[in-house]
Amino acid sequence: MSEKTGWNWESGEKTVQDLSKTSEEVRWLEEWHASPDGEKIACVACTDDAEFSFVVNGEVMENRFEKAICPKFTPDGRLAALVSLDMEWTVAEDGNAWEETYGFLWDMQFGNGSLSVGVQQDMQYGMVVNGTIWDELFENANSFALSPCGKHSAAAVQVQALAQADIFTFQDGVFSLAVDGKVWDMRAMNFWTPVFSNEGGHVACQARKSLYDYTIAVDGKFWSKDFACVWEPSFNPADGSVVAPVRMNGKWGMAKDGEILWQPQFTQLWQQQYSQDGKTLWAICSPKYGKFTVCRDAKPWDCGYLSVTDLSVSPDGNRAAAVGRTPDKGYNVIVDGTAWNGRYDMIWKPIFSDNGSNVAVKVKKGERYNVLVDGKACKEDFDMVFDPVFSPDGTSVLIKGIQGGVYKRIVAPVADFRKEA
Amino acid sequence: MFNEIYELVTGPLAWIGWGIFLLGSVYKLASLWSLAKKKDTSSIYYTKAKFGLRSIAQWSLPFGTLGWRETPSVTVVTFVFHICLILVPIFLSAHVILWEEWFGVSIPALPNHVADVMTLLVIAGGTFFAWRRFSVPEVAFVTSGHDWFVLGVVVAPFLTGFLAYHQIFNYEVMIVLHVITGIAWLALIPFTRLSHMLVSWYSRAYIGSEFQGVRHCKDW
Amino acid sequence: MKKPVFDRKIEDIGLETGTSRLTPEKIQETIQNVLASETGAKLKVYHDTCVRCGLCSKACHYYVSHDGDPTYSPVGKVVQTMAVMIDKKGKVDADFIYRAAQIAYTECNLCRRCIHYCPLGIDTGYIMSMVRRICHKLGVTPQYIQDTAHSHSATMNQMWVKDDEWIDSLLWQEEEARDEFPDMRIPLDKEGADIMYSVIAPEPKFRTHLIYQAGAIMHEAGADWTMPTLHGWDNSDMAMFSGDFEIMGRLKRDHFERAQKLKVNRIVMGECGHAFRSVYDQGNRWLGWADYPVEVVHSVEYFADLLRTGKIKMAQKVKGPITIQDPCNIIRGRGLMEDLRYVAHAIADEVIEMTPSLEHNYCCAAGGGVINCGPPFKNVRVNGNKAKADQLRRVKEQGVDLCLCPCHNCHGGLEDIIHSNELGIDLKFIGDIIYANMVKTKAVEE
Repeated sequence: MSEKTGWNWESGEKTVQDLSKTSEEVRWLEEWHASPDGEKIACVACTDDAEFSFVVNGEVMENRFEKAICPKFTPDGRLAALVSLDMEWTVAEDGNAWEETYGFLWDMQFGNGSLSVGVQQDMQYGMVVNGTIWDELFENANSFALSPCGKHSAAAVQVQALAQADIFTFQDGVFSLAVDGKVWDMRAMNFWTPVFSNEGGHVACQARKSLYDYTIAVDGKFWSKDFACVWEPSFNPADGSVVAPVRMNGKWGMAKDGEILWQPQFTQLWQQQYSQDGKTLWAICSPKYGKFTVCRDAKPWDCGYLSVTDLSVSPDGNRAAAVGRTPDKGYNVIVDGTAWNGRYDMIWKPIFSDNGSNVAVKVKKGERYNVLVDGKACKEDFDMVFDPVFSPDGTSVLIKGIQGGVYKRIVAPVADFRKEA
Repeated sequence: MFNEIYELVTGPLAWIGWGIFLLGSVYKLASLWSLAKKKDTSSIYYTKAKFGLRSIAQWSLPFGTLGWRETPSVTVVTFVFHICLILVPIFLSAHVILWEEWFGVSIPALPNHVADVMTLLVIAGGTFFAWRRFSVPEVAFVTSGHDWFVLGVVVAPFLTGFLAYHQIFNYEVMIVLHVITGIAWLALIPFTRLSHMLVSWYSRAYIGSEFQGVRHCKDW
Repeated sequence: MKKPVFDRKIEDIGLETGTSRLTPEKIQETIQNVLASETGAKLKVYHDTCVRCGLCSKACHYYVSHDGDPTYSPVGKVVQTMAVMIDKKGKVDADFIYRAAQIAYTECNLCRRCIHYCPLGIDTGYIMSMVRRICHKLGVTPQYIQDTAHSHSATMNQMWVKDDEWIDSLLWQEEEARDEFPDMRIPLDKEGADIMYSVIAPEPKFRTHLIYQAGAIMHEAGADWTMPTLHGWDNSDMAMFSGDFEIMGRLKRDHFERAQKLKVNRIVMGECGHAFRSVYDQGNRWLGWADYPVEVVHSVEYFADLLRTGKIKMAQKVKGPITIQDPCNIIRGRGLMEDLRYVAHAIADEVIEMTPSLEHNYCCAAGGGVINCGPPFKNVRVNGNKAKADQLRRVKEQGVDLCLCPCHNCHGGLEDIIHSNELGIDLKFIGDIIYANMVKTKAVEE
């Protein structure tokens, strides 16, 4: 959140770029991406047969690539993408390719100024972080993670080749977890979804020790108990303990460091999230078949939906918001257990202001996009809108939208959101 | 002697039989329902009256379903057998008197000669099913002692009733046997394959709902 | 009558090794455990009320194809497997488990045709899938389907396709397609697109042209679509058929969550049957989703819509009569028979139906994971489906040379049946025909 203090938060609207004016050297433009601060609008551009570049605020960048895919702005505003030249792949930042090239790259992730990406080099697999490839590469690697601090990376890795249909060697365990390229001693059938503690010193992941025994592994050690199934773990930011949903006797509960924290009582339970002080634990749950909702410390909200996604918890942990799918195939924004008025065709993840008092959300109805704050719409809607951002003091919202071929950056005071949604 | 035995079987024993049937049925349904609520929540979720009734209606139609059409002899016998099996015990004139005596309800009775023919149809149907259990490979292969026992239990009251009514063999023995087998027939419903009488309505409704509701396809 | 003996044991290293590790205690404990904790009133009712009338026999292609061998009838299979497990409270031996596994995994396609035959509504497919569940829990599964389940768990796709191979296949097909459609794209990870197109892993592995064709059709139709670069792109789910429900759920969660993260309106899935079953019927239920958390549209529905709305127009129709294979999991499983008929008539001059057809059609004998049990069991499904060969022969005699077959498993199964019976019928996906014969307004002039 530190980045945004330096942005321009003066209320008003600014036309950043008329997107209809494109250079003649461009054959086609791909999907638009707005920078986090809204000052830049960029996309991949095809400039010739098998020739691609980037357009940023109307300027076509100088460098050309045979392929350019998956562009994303880093939180600090660099345009990163996977690019290929002469059948080799690398990362381009703001249009400039890294010097090193690789067999293949995918799954870019960002953390505190760092950039990680999955890599295949000479048919060996691992990760590249800020241009440095892991010392050791593996038969296969997936489920990549970069720590929030940006210093550490982890992935599930296959440490030994398997002959075709060799089911028994696989069951003996040929997978492990590698952190910063160093593989744990333990082997198991599967490792999934490594997550880092905030400061990056600890790693936890799902593990499957046998066909039937699932548990959580933390820093190279399995929990002492096994379960019928588990989902991704998370760290308590305050005391470093690890929680994960676990399945017992056909129901889901929450375990903490291997011991039951919430009794198995749910048809489903996942995507748990701690408040910043680690005192409140939220999760998406299904208290009975066919009904999903959100629970706080195992107490579910009354409302029920076909499915619930995009759980967002206020920094103090007292409030939460999520997206619920309605039986008529639409979506509702749910905040603190109550749905806002209005059914939408798509809703993005709700965002709390830093002080937790306001909620902003990007919504789509038909082909029109809008941003809602506390259930109210701002006066105009858009052809396209990007994720809204609250000002550091929470009094304004940055809206980045495209309307009539023009990309605009709008800082709107929260008080301006008055229109009934 | 006969009178005492007759009193016993039509008195206390009959009440016990009815009691087992009723309480057993309630127990059976209640325990299944509570088990279903615990273990089959998704199945309950999709079961809807509209689809269930539609399915039951379709399967109540002779030749109304693929299965009924494929083996016509079984279809005809099954329908005749079950209709007679249910109607005769309820509307037989001798039973109508019992209902009046026991429960104080009076209902019309079937003419005796009609009931007689229907009884024969049940016996004939039972014989047909027995023949299938012996001679049709796919039935013989899956037939166990339980199936013979159940078939015997079902047909026995009709056979003994028929013999008693026509005074073939010893009437007194037959009528007592008739009452005993009839009571056994009742009492065994909740505890044998005869329980399909109690629960197959629901299993039919359930699968009908799965097909029509979830799979958008008829289940017949 | 003398009961037939089971004399058709097939050697499979998965079944052999699995059974060699069993002890009577382990068998009993596992069976009792599954029965107590995972099954409920449904199985109990089926077990208690089945009157053994044998009416279901004629429903099953295995029974029909084996000249009425009762050991292949649906109830016959129950009597040799689950019924004994329940009656003996799990006291069965390792040989029994081997047999039960072979029956449940390779002699039943879980096609549910027998539902149309049972007056009591007994779902033999469900009973067989619970037998598979027990066998999975005992570690007695055919080698190849088990390997597929392992691939699912390790890579989130069924063919050990590595992340880079997947993306590379998409880029390769896009590049190929640009020779024909110069500005065609396979948009990757396009957030907020209308459609996420998902496939099964054999497509990037062996049948990449299907991705090309799908791309060409989407492009021509002007669809707002995307394909994901990360796991979740594979909609298949063989764990559902191996009895590994935990992995089944994991896969379905992954698939739907990928679509949820991409914020697409709907998932359009390629021409696959079992994957469809896993999203509307089994995988979703294990997760607690009573209905799609993201709308799923099968290719058959999608193509029907494109043709109805004129977004795709056919330049020419297939000459001569074609027939239709109705895949269980999209027809009996999801009622897409009318859409499939609409498409068939839109792309061909004449359609000659097989008998039986629609929801009463016979299974291909490859579905339900049977083809995934691999080469050891190939003859089980080919010999076990003379019924299908007869169906096909009858339409062949009426002049049919082409069978429309909108399911990967049906393709595999029918291909072997056609080959082994020398029927000389060509199998096509709908996408094959639409791609070949549609009006291509956006293609280069030839």
